Amino acid sequence: MNVKLRVWRQKNNETEGRFENYEAKDLNPNMSFLEMMDVVNEDLTDSGDEPIAFAHDCREGICGTCSCMIDGKPHGPEHGVATCQTYMRSFKDGDTITVEPFRAKAFPIVKDLVTDRASFDKIQQAGGFITIRTGAAPDANSIPIGKEIADLAMDAAACIGCGACVAACKNASAMLFVSAKAGQLNLLPQGKPEKDRRVLSMVAAMDEAGFGNCTNQYECSAACPKLISEEFISKLNRDFVGATVRSSFKAKPLV
Amino acid sequence: MKLDPKIPSGPLEKKWEKHIMEGKLVNPANKRKYDIIMVGSGLAGASAAATLGELGYKVKCFTFHDSPRRAHSIAAQGGINAAKNYQNDGDSVYRLFYDTIKGGDFRSREANVYRLAQVSVNIIDQCAAQGVPFAREYGGLLANRSFGGAQVSRTFYARGQTGQQLLLGAYSALSRQVGLGTVELCANEEMLEVVVIDGHAKGIITRNLNTGAITRHSAHAVVLGTGGYGNVFNLSTYARNSNVTAAWRAHRKGAAFANPCYTQIHPTCIPVSGDYQSKLTLMSESLRNDGRIWVPKKRDDKRPPHQIPEDERDYYLERKYPSFGNLAPRDISSRSAKEACDDGRGVGETGLGVYLDFSDAIKRLGADTIKERYGNLFDIYKEITDESAYDVPMRIYPAVHYTMGGLWVDYNLMSNLPGLFVMGEANFSDHGANRLGASALMQGLADGYFVLPYTIPHYLAELDRDGAPSTDDAEFVKAEEEVKARTEKLLSNKGKQSVKSFHVRLGKIMWDHCGMARTKEGLEKAIKLIPELREEYWADVRVPGEGKELNQSLENAGRVGDFLELGELMCRDALTREESCGGHFREEHQYPDGEAMRDDEKFAHVAAWEYKGEGQEPVRHTEELEYESVKFATRSYK
Repeated sequence: MNVKLRVWRQKNNETEGRFENYEAKDLNPNMSFLEMMDVVNEDLTDSGDEPIAFAHDCREGICGTCSCMIDGKPHGPEHGVATCQTYMRSFKDGDTITVEPFRAKAFPIVKDLVTDRASFDKIQQAGGFITIRTGAAPDANSIPIGKEIADLAMDAAACIGCGACVAACKNASAMLFVSAKAGQLNLLPQGKPEKDRRVLSMVAAMDEAGFGNCTNQYECSAACPKLISEEFISKLNRDFVGATVRSSFKAKPLV
Repeated sequence: MKLDPKIPSGPLEKKWEKHIMEGKLVNPANKRKYDIIMVGSGLAGASAAATLGELGYKVKCFTFHDSPRRAHSIAAQGGINAAKNYQNDGDSVYRLFYDTIKGGDFRSREANVYRLAQVSVNIIDQCAAQGVPFAREYGGLLANRSFGGAQVSRTFYARGQTGQQLLLGAYSALSRQVGLGTVELCANEEMLEVVVIDGHAKGIITRNLNTGAITRHSAHAVVLGTGGYGNVFNLSTYARNSNVTAAWRAHRKGAAFANPCYTQIHPTCIPVSGDYQSKLTLMSESLRNDGRIWVPKKRDDKRPPHQIPEDERDYYLERKYPSFGNLAPRDISSRSAKEACDDGRGVGETGLGVYLDFSDAIKRLGADTIKERYGNLFDIYKEITDESAYDVPMRIYPAVHYTMGGLWVDYNLMSNLPGLFVMGEANFSDHGANRLGASALMQGLADGYFVLPYTIPHYLAELDRDGAPSTDDAEFVKAEEEVKARTEKLLSNKGKQSVKSFHVRLGKIMWDHCGMARTKEGLEKAIKLIPELREEYWADVRVPGEGKELNQSLENAGRVGDFLELGELMCRDALTREESCGGHFREEHQYPDGEAMRDDEKFAHVAAWEYKGEGQEPVRHTEELEYESVKFATRSYK
């Protein structure tokens, strides 16, 4: 099969970008989208041009590095997959495919299709953890956790931190990302003691990084390669309200 | 070169405890005077950086990824072993130790493996406390499953994403320390050189992948947790960017490279479908708990699987290894698949595949149970092949998955280059000639959380507490110049062939001659071909773009340049190891039934190679493996 590509090229964050057109010929429909990009890049290299920079690594949908907007959808046309798990059989012979980076103020473009998502790390550093000193843990089976709760925490923990939720949102909100990490930790008994602190810190870091607000349209969840449910956003909102109220009534020791 | 493993004296069970007691400590107030460079942010790197930061050291953690969470530990699917004996099925520290030694075909260091089994139980506690969502039973306690090479259920798991969840646990601990300011996170920084001053590792040179800036960093100790080198084969289950550069640069500066030929070829991967392929995808070994592996009994049998009657199928692992059956260790399962395919009984378009069939398990347990256990793996399979493994058997074939070899380290995880420590897959010590399933995650976290933080003070306490050396030192200047010269050479070469084309060619030489079965003739051929390819590379490689910005061709060019040196060393190591053991199978050394023939008289040792300069033959040194507790036995899974 053959396809035409409109690809966003941008030298760096200081210069303006533009679309360039390329042709990808003699493709096998069982190729992955990124393997198709490899072929285009080999052709560009052979003809003395600079290949297209795109982020990728594990190529099995778990590292969260790949991040292309394909025909206006984060990670492309298929549901519940990352860019690297998108295959050419999802397109038709002769299609024109538009490829862009994930666009958000909090994800500045580094080059071409590569963006800087360090803002996610900042949110994690603000509160995406359970405070536990190495070596201080009790026996793992001393904290029983019902299977349903453990499974729900795992659903949230499946987030790969790719940023598709942000790219899909018209406000570039990171609520799905934040709610998944906070939700996982808040659900578990180990995470309860610092639940309020966690929620307030992570939300503050999210706001500071320049992400937009959530207006409950759930494009994020629809675009999520791990299909993380928007219900975690509802849970985060509830936890945030509770934490805000409790933080305004400082706990006093009982005398 | 002297290779002193520094194994503590005393009985095996007491060595680690004794070593901790006898080791030196660093006073809490003095810890912040020590700078430690951590290269890598996978299970080993992130857990060690977090733990050392928490202890009070000044840590800088470098990763070439945009975030520590992207390290390739994230892709491990199946699970992590620990001798908890929660299943009451007879597991113990000693049994995990023994299984690991036996699984490694008696080529690992006994004291290290025993320590690994000892600390395995602490890892599960640590991870559960961090909020890692391990699989649980309805009663709320942790679930286990069995894994290849073991007859007990000691593997903890989080669906098919155990590596992801453990890495995110370590990443959260690391993030906490970054937030507290004890660890400085240096993302998008690739280490391109080690700096050695007066015989000690004192720093590194890095290139920022986004800006091209080359920077010097000095410290009291340098720790590598930079993973394995399986991408020397080009096609593997590794992430595309995994590479040997950090370890290889250290090797060139004096660190011995041990057992480079020990490569693990994983039996259950999705077969290659075309020459455009960029990577191979692993299907977790846990699938072998319920899937049955078979090929047709007849050669060139082109019938679809459901038309081949039961008595015309060869369940070859069950036939050859009745007590372990489909759970035979990885090296044995891989080689058996190759034998079946070489015999003309392979399946699929290319004939390089075998069936992994779930129809019996679905009949026995129902599709829902199978979905619960392996749903995400079946989904991955469907995405890639467009086939449903609920309806037709999976097709699988072995692929390069892990490297047991790596930089030589002593019991303290320090290489022979003082001040340079090596953890996780990047070192050589714990898995011998073959790693058992669910043991890589165990080793990465053992090294990072529970071993290095105890052993690094022994080294630091011997140093004077003056600051780390100045980055204006002549050695730093020289190392930076070397990095710049190499980068400049690649960019100005203006040859005709792409970096990728060389990587493909190297991978083919390695797979053909240093893959699942090796011969003297093939290895000698590869030792001739690789230097020729290397020469052609430096004469004719084309690296487009500039050095002062994101340039992925340039990144790859440096890494492939190092693979072109490593590949030759692997072949030399495979050639000199005149025996078959674990993942290293020499066709000349086998029993009449095709089983591997070890030679404990001549080869019960670690081969550690010393770099002698470009174009010079490396020198092979040995460390004898002395077993105090275990007796050599022929490794039988029959």
